[in-house]
Amino acid sequence: MLTLEGVTKVYKVGTFGGKRLRAVNEVSFQVAPGQVVSLIGESGSGKSTIGRMVLGLSRVTEGTITFEGQDVSRLESGRRRAYYGDVQGVFQDPFSSYNPIFKADRVFTLVKGFFPGIGRSEWDEKVQHALNAVRLEPGTCLDKYPHQLSGGQLQRMLIARALLLDIKLLVADEIISMLDASTRIDVLNLLGDLKQRGLGVLFITHDLSLGNYISDRTVILRHGEVVEAGATSKVFGNPLHPYTKMLLSSVPQLHTKWGAGTPRPAAEPANGDVAPRLVEVEPDHLVATGGDGGEVAA
Amino acid sequence: MSLRVDDLSVYYRTLRGDVKAVDGATFSIDDGEIMGLAGESGCGKSSLGKSLIRMDARMKHVAGRVELDGRELPIADDAKMNEFRFRDVSIVPQYSMSALTPTRKVGTVAHELLESRDVPFDKVKRELVRRLTLVGLSEDVLDRYPIELSGGMKQRTVMVISTLLDPSLLIADEITSALDVSSQRAVGELLVEFRDREFVKSMIVITHDLAILYQIADTILVMYAGKLAEKAPAETIVRSPRHPYTQLLISSLPEVGVRFDETRLAGIPGKPPSLLAPPAGCRFRDRCPLAFAKCEEAPPFVELEPGHEVACWKAAA
Repeated sequence: MLTLEGVTKVYKVGTFGGKRLRAVNEVSFQVAPGQVVSLIGESGSGKSTIGRMVLGLSRVTEGTITFEGQDVSRLESGRRRAYYGDVQGVFQDPFSSYNPIFKADRVFTLVKGFFPGIGRSEWDEKVQHALNAVRLEPGTCLDKYPHQLSGGQLQRMLIARALLLDIKLLVADEIISMLDASTRIDVLNLLGDLKQRGLGVLFITHDLSLGNYISDRTVILRHGEVVEAGATSKVFGNPLHPYTKMLLSSVPQLHTKWGAGTPRPAAEPANGDVAPRLVEVEPDHLVATGGDGGEVAA
Repeated sequence: MSLRVDDLSVYYRTLRGDVKAVDGATFSIDDGEIMGLAGESGCGKSSLGKSLIRMDARMKHVAGRVELDGRELPIADDAKMNEFRFRDVSIVPQYSMSALTPTRKVGTVAHELLESRDVPFDKVKRELVRRLTLVGLSEDVLDRYPIELSGGMKQRTVMVISTLLDPSLLIADEITSALDVSSQRAVGELLVEFRDREFVKSMIVITHDLAILYQIADTILVMYAGKLAEKAPAETIVRSPRHPYTQLLISSLPEVGVRFDETRLAGIPGKPPSLLAPPAGCRFRDRCPLAFAKCEEAPPFVELEPGHEVACWKAAA
């Protein structure tokens, strides 16, 4: 459904924009309907930049992003509107996604323009339906101001808003990070339920345990490059790239203590313009070799 | 006994009344103990930490006393507390990224801080450099501006500066939350090392992340809606918690290896009560699957076995 091919983003940095920074370097992967793909990386890995490029909020320097066969990386405004009927994003901070002056359910009214000539009762029914899908009681969240609702409720309303449009792909950029432990799992489970209905989700996170819990496929990013990708069970069950191993051994776990010795993050890449080559080590499991990644013990 | 907190209540004054952020907290920390203070946002964990070093203008000390190494901490008296700050009690704040003045070099900040405590900078400079090396930083950072350091480097720099006078108690407030997993681990392990090298005697590590606490803390204190819920050794909190809130919280945490398709974890329905006028009785009552008639009465924080305290009628029964 969504295919990224050799997507690259170069920023001009430095005082006079004289230097170039490759924030994303030749990244390719796919998201199929009914699939949750996790994009996992530390800060500066380019994971959010990829999300923004998929949503058309940031321009693609090189490569193509296609959605259902159509190149969406360079859309003009008319077609972009239609694209947003299929693809929507939800971001990290639910509190800043709402205008505190207006009631929270205004986010629903704002997308009403996508349904010209819809009747009032039909619209209300649609909103009810979307709220049911995210397991929110209409009585508890309609006609309220954002400050009267919890972060989890606000985040679920944003997902409901995306569902109102009957979208096919949701870009979820760190949507769990701001939520409390007791409510974050509800939002994750919601994504799991929605994928069973055929929604594709690009789940961007820095938290490996969350990515592991919900996703079918995992893409590990480092400094804008894919270091390891494949089925989640394979990437987490048999990590091969030193960077993935280091990440996994750093994750604090509830029932196992960190092993002895602090893992040293692998050497910083030379920031070369040569992207590492991805090699298929087993079916549905790609690992970067060459470039800066170091050796892979196969 | 390094720190003893007895029936401490700290409220926030607002126009609509008092917000009971910390209500009747009683606990103690031993020498050499790293205590994790965990809970969800708004449970009062940061307020409890802050009240031990510096209350801001909106905070009001309502009741209770705090003793550190046998001396009473005058926590309600901002001026008197000054004598204890940095020397006896120190803090690594939540956003230590912004704890450093952006227009001053790191060395200048350390210099001024020490002079303000009448400690000549030259006397401790060697120790400062030694400790910076220990956390993997070179002496150069003293000559840099905060903007030139990464988040993890800033965090480590602040940790070194704030423990330079070997305080008895260090309060570390959400210091790992904004870091990447690899720096998170490095900072977590440094906290333990600081204790082992006796740079600090005991520590309160405030975070919402129980998994981190399990790695570094000796004991964990769980708070819920301004009240203490449970305190026990870290191992006990994770493996056999007794308070229903701790149990539900632990079981809702996804771990590497747990998959949605195989095991579906459940959250805790409902949300914490408002602390402006919290209901009488157990504050977890509305969300608790075990609640019964007696929960209308507030449960005392009682010791089940040595080192394991719980505020729950069911658990204590």
